[in-house]
Amino acid sequence: MKVIVPVKRVPDTAGEKNIDPNDKTVDRDGIESVLCPINEFSIEEAVRLKESQGAEVKVLLMGPESAQPIVRKALSYGLDSAVQITDDAVAGSDAIGTAKAIAAALKNEEFDLVIFGNQATDARTCVVPAAVAEILGLPSLTYARHLEVDGDKVVVHREHEEGYDVVESTLPAIVSVVEAINEPRYPSFKGIMAAKSKPLDVKSAADIGLDTSEVGMANANAVITEFEHRPPKEAGTIVEDDGSGATAAQLADWMQSKKFV
Amino acid sequence: MGELLVLIDHAEGQPRKLSLQMLTAANQVASQTGDTVSAVWLGEGASGAADVLGRHGATKLYAWDSPDALGYVTLPQVEALQQVMETSGAEILFFASTNLIKDVAARLAIRVDGGVITDATGVEVADGRIVATKEIFGGELITKCTFADGRKQIVGISNNAFAAEETGGGAAEVVNLDVSLSEAATAAKVTNVEKQVTSDRPDIAEAAVVVAGGRGLGDEQGFELMEQLADVLGAGVGASRAATDAGWYPHRYQIGQTGRTVSPMLYIGSGISGAIQHRAGMQTSQNIIAINKDGEAPIFSIADFGIVGDLYTVVPKLIEELQARKG
Repeated sequence: MKVIVPVKRVPDTAGEKNIDPNDKTVDRDGIESVLCPINEFSIEEAVRLKESQGAEVKVLLMGPESAQPIVRKALSYGLDSAVQITDDAVAGSDAIGTAKAIAAALKNEEFDLVIFGNQATDARTCVVPAAVAEILGLPSLTYARHLEVDGDKVVVHREHEEGYDVVESTLPAIVSVVEAINEPRYPSFKGIMAAKSKPLDVKSAADIGLDTSEVGMANANAVITEFEHRPPKEAGTIVEDDGSGATAAQLADWMQSKKFV
Repeated sequence: MGELLVLIDHAEGQPRKLSLQMLTAANQVASQTGDTVSAVWLGEGASGAADVLGRHGATKLYAWDSPDALGYVTLPQVEALQQVMETSGAEILFFASTNLIKDVAARLAIRVDGGVITDATGVEVADGRIVATKEIFGGELITKCTFADGRKQIVGISNNAFAAEETGGGAAEVVNLDVSLSEAATAAKVTNVEKQVTSDRPDIAEAAVVVAGGRGLGDEQGFELMEQLADVLGAGVGASRAATDAGWYPHRYQIGQTGRTVSPMLYIGSGISGAIQHRAGMQTSQNIIAINKDGEAPIFSIADFGIVGDLYTVVPKLIEELQARKG
């Protein structure tokens, strides 16, 4: 069984973020980038399939050369190999363009299952996994909080606002996972050392047969035109309770003044 | 003059609140583009909704009243919508920014050469195109997004970004759809639906008030107190990741960067320190109340009203106070 885990480099949630005013893409100068936290769960699920079913697991990342440490980080959890799509032509792609590039990369790979994170922590669009599935003509079993592979069949519990749907299809299929699915392990020292020498295949758009007139900022279907930082909040009222709970009345007054009561 | 489509999200034969809010947003846009607003209902129970959808501004209601619409994964809805977009010539579709419907929008966008913008908190029209407001990086940056020329415009609307308003219109004209599904559309089937909503509390994404609990609750019983507070306020109950990781509350109520985003009129966090990962899911709330023993907790920096104190002393008193004031 072959499994591919697409991962994403995102700005650290705790760090400062900016959009480049010229091209309206994420300004990566001077900001800390990390492996998207949701990918810890998709990677863990893949490692479990490697352990339980002997799956061969490959990581896939689309991003510039400077994103290579993110690929190595993903490999350090115990994945087997990696492919990185690096091409200036894909820079600034919107979600649909990103899906087209990932789908093109997947067309060059053999796989039974592709495991995405359900979202990336930057724009949290959530649309890439299903768009990739559409391009490849495959089922999209997304938002998995439970995943079972049995022979050529996959069963997924899809989490939604009111519970979950149990769905099933044959492989190959595209899935995405939510963090309820597992408890990710930390990479071992051995894993970190091994990641340095695992095979990493860097490919260009031409290598994967990607039509560059379909991707990149100039060909995006949806674009950011303006941005601003959220204005800082004014300091609120902070009161200290003396242990009697008397501050509850003050809070109720405040809530009443705001018409919440 | 064309049609602007609104995909109605519904449960048990009733449109959700967000669907009516979307119709209001659609009417605002349509008055500028010269379109009329048509609703699309996929799944059973469509005709019963013609009246309420019409009252909120839908002129037409495309209805595919079939168990097939929701009996398979995503594609039947995509194929029905593709058919409606092609026959109506609609350029714009609004959808509810919920987990499973985002997939429908994504697959549809590929089929009709559209762009997708999710979680829009505002929509305007410029040069005949939608300009959507969308927050990224957990609400730290507020962006305006639009579509490239000639692309279909598929826009996910956030809960509570618009107030639903009646327009005085009569029942929507029902147009029944006949959808013949491709083989691929029935390849992945839904074998079971597990509803896990055990109360009539509103979902945290829809609720005007959200009560959230964190590690400071100390145990699972703390959420009973949160639920009591929520019930006085008609609120939804959410949790921090620490609390859902500990198994004190179900994961789908987790608020934060890897969970759900809430943007209610009022958020009350108890025993939540407000790590950046949690703030990324709630800092756009209009009013924030924090109750925490630790006066240094970062949540106080964004709180409109904060109490440094023991939540097990303060919250029961608050419930009493609120009940007394409600009379």
